[in-house]
Amino acid sequence: MADVVHPVHGEVHRHPAPTGFIRKWVFSTDHKVIGIQYWCLALFSVFIGMALSLLMRLQLGWPGEEWGFLKTLFPNAAENGTISGELYLSMLTMHGTIMVFFVLTTAPQGGFGNYFLPIQIGADDMAFPVLNMMSFWITFLALVVLISAFFADSLAPMFGMTAASNVIGPIGGWTGYAPLSALGEKAGPGQGLGVILWITSIALFCIASLLGALNFITTMLNMRAKGMSLMRLPLTCWAWFTTAVLALLSFPVLLAAGILLLLDHLAGTSFFIPGNSYVNGKLITEHSGGSPILWQHLFWFFGHPEVYIAILPGMGLTSHILATFARKPVFGYRVMVYALFSIGLLGFFVWGHHMFISGMSPYSAIAFSLITLTIGVPSAIKTFNWLGTLWGGQIRFTTPMLFAIGFVSLFVSGGITGLFLGQTSIDLPLHDTYFVVGHFHLIMGVAAIFGMFAGTYFWFPKMFGKMMNEGMGKLHFFITFIGVNAIFIPMHIMGMAGATRRYSFHFNPVTGEGLHYLSNMTPLTRFVSYAAFFTIAGQLIFLVNLVWSWAKGRKASENPWEATSLEWTIPSPPPHDNFAGILPEVHRGPYEYSVPGAPRDFMMQSEPGAAEVHGD
Amino acid sequence: MPTTLTTDVEIKPGIGAGGGKLGPGGDPFGSGPAGSKDWPPGWTSEDAIEPEKYRIGMWVGLASILMLFIALTSAYIVRGVPALSGGDSDWLPIAMPGVLWFTTGVLLVSSVTIEFARRALKRNEYARFKRWISLTTLFGVAFLVGQLIAWQQLAAQGVFINSHPHSSFFYLLTSLHGVHLLGGVIALSYVTVAALRMRIGFKRRTAVDVTAIYWHFMDGLWIYLFGLLFFFR
Ligand code: HEM
Ligand SMILES: [Cu+2]
Repeated sequence: MADVVHPVHGEVHRHPAPTGFIRKWVFSTDHKVIGIQYWCLALFSVFIGMALSLLMRLQLGWPGEEWGFLKTLFPNAAENGTISGELYLSMLTMHGTIMVFFVLTTAPQGGFGNYFLPIQIGADDMAFPVLNMMSFWITFLALVVLISAFFADSLAPMFGMTAASNVIGPIGGWTGYAPLSALGEKAGPGQGLGVILWITSIALFCIASLLGALNFITTMLNMRAKGMSLMRLPLTCWAWFTTAVLALLSFPVLLAAGILLLLDHLAGTSFFIPGNSYVNGKLITEHSGGSPILWQHLFWFFGHPEVYIAILPGMGLTSHILATFARKPVFGYRVMVYALFSIGLLGFFVWGHHMFISGMSPYSAIAFSLITLTIGVPSAIKTFNWLGTLWGGQIRFTTPMLFAIGFVSLFVSGGITGLFLGQTSIDLPLHDTYFVVGHFHLIMGVAAIFGMFAGTYFWFPKMFGKMMNEGMGKLHFFITFIGVNAIFIPMHIMGMAGATRRYSFHFNPVTGEGLHYLSNMTPLTRFVSYAAFFTIAGQLIFLVNLVWSWAKGRKASENPWEATSLEWTIPSPPPHDNFAGILPEVHRGPYEYSVPGAPRDFMMQSEPGAAEVHGD
Repeated sequence: MPTTLTTDVEIKPGIGAGGGKLGPGGDPFGSGPAGSKDWPPGWTSEDAIEPEKYRIGMWVGLASILMLFIALTSAYIVRGVPALSGGDSDWLPIAMPGVLWFTTGVLLVSSVTIEFARRALKRNEYARFKRWISLTTLFGVAFLVGQLIAWQQLAAQGVFINSHPHSSFFYLLTSLHGVHLLGGVIALSYVTVAALRMRIGFKRRTAVDVTAIYWHFMDGLWIYLFGLLFFFR
């Protein structure tokens, strides 16, 4: 009976599409528009972050060189075209902050999650569309505030502070370690207005992420279509959900830390500043009793879950794409869900592995170390299940598939070094070397970026109604895959040779300054820089592909990949309220590929029929 | 499962008839999109899904607020225990401003009055509802004013946010709690005005429910902070 009235029911729900440009594209409450906005924000940010890494690699490979274009770019900060130590550190801080917060935390969750979670569960929008809009615009504001730190130099006099020379913004790394980050101008150039803008941006970002997380969780718990039981959800949805839970519980802690740090700056409190500090040639007398280690605890209590916030959506997407293009069900669906949960849960108890050298008790270090190694278990389960999904499949090597396989590869090579760093005795010498830089770039940076590329190639047809160019896509994949390995694997070797992290150069072959034990590393350092230029250049192919496909690409059909989840049952691009008012009904699990006895090699989730198999 | 529409809608506790018009909106469909559940005749799917949605959203939001204060509590403990903070303890507890007993009492009572208001609304006793909800709003305002007086009393003694760690935490925690409570007062004012204008429709009933949850939480949070600040120093 329900089927008969269904269309009527749907019509009641139709929300008319907004018409004005502002309501439709700027302050839109449509989750699809918001998803695209997040995705564009991430794309913009990743190019800024990449440009900064290019400058850093220039300096590391050829320390002290004068670059004419730098003079034009930063007339104050680089007046003679060289990258000073301070300028290097402020670029490093901006690079790390932009990449972690505005790329890795926005596109996979706010971008793809926003766009596809409601569609994949069969809802017409997120639970709280207005909150959704606010969370995007607060994120945007946070980005504006962070970028204004680039101009802190020229802004400072307006706030009655002295303009810092040689820097473009905050210095402190993306981790903003106290007490230097809490002392303000006293601690040196770049520590005044730059750091204040940095904290403000982070605090805004926290609030935006919290609103987003609230929306994701409620939507997934409450808006699923008829028949969409929990065990019929695509793994992407589970990943977004788990990510949202992590964000919900970890961002408040960073927010708390940010508020305390801001108070140390602006209100003269001493939460993080110990007494009798001797900084920058001066004895600090205004503060006493604070605990710099407290900052580290609060920061990493957030920081470790944050790396999972970056990577989990990529994991969900990888599972989804591997099944789609191997034409096989995901191997061990339930186990995959439980593994996601356990990674998320355990992720809250390992923050201490970032602080082994902070002087913590060896007993707590052992506890943190053991729990860290335990996370290897669900991670290995995921990896083996991905391989199991591929095993014996009729694999279609499309671009999204290549990037998903690349994700698995990077996850393994980055994960293995995690097992090294998780052990106290090995971490002590390797901490703050390029070994760590190589490790976290592979697993958190590039693997997550591969997830985003896979998502873009996979969903672009749905989002924009056009296929992306496969030739350019494959070229982009091979350049990027070879490139990132050529950048980040040698970094491990440099780390073991003792190359310290966050140094503006290691050894200068022209002047002979620097760390002499690294003097024979110059060729390797330059190799890494060349590899970085090569990889960065390769990203232009991606950009061209986006624009070209958007303008001239082949029209995408409703279901070009012959995939099964609900987003492939509606037109590309989807109408304003997704299902045109007719809420779908779900009859089966999300990965029914090559079902024996079925007419085709895939069955849509919404397909009723005799061969009904319960995902449960 | 019957899908016939009846005009005599059975009024369920908590989900009564819409203000002004009788019976929830005209969706002649008995089966909600939430999948496994079947709604009673006459309910729209939206009726069933909306309050749930706001309630879930509220609990999820409270979880994050809780984490914020847990993080600050851990900072309080680390900063306050000399053995943990590295030795040079400058921890000087402030004297409790007397007005805090008053504000605590007011907030406790307001939790009771908002419960009265909610019950009255469930039984559709509008006059009582109006009385209790207005009173709760007033209590909320009184609490905030009381907190301001407490700050003033401290400032008069020369105790400011940067005086020493305990005063830093006092100002910080009271203002963060105050900001959250102000949000509650705004929500309460909204439903109070709606009630006075006799516009307590379906959505606003949900708003009352959800605000009550939030209000109890803020009440409990204050009791906790009060205890932490003045009985664990
Ligand atoms: C083209 C690719 C990239 C290159 C060549 C690159 C290069 C670099 C370099 C040279 C550093 C400074 C290391 C130091 O001096 O200690 C760095 C730091 C960092 N990068 Fe990247 N990066 C790239 C992509 C990414 C991505 C995708 C992420 C996303 C997570 C990322 C996140 C970070 C972070 C978090 C830091 C640490 C900042 C800090 O120490 O506070 N990078 N990167
Ligand atoms: Cu970690």
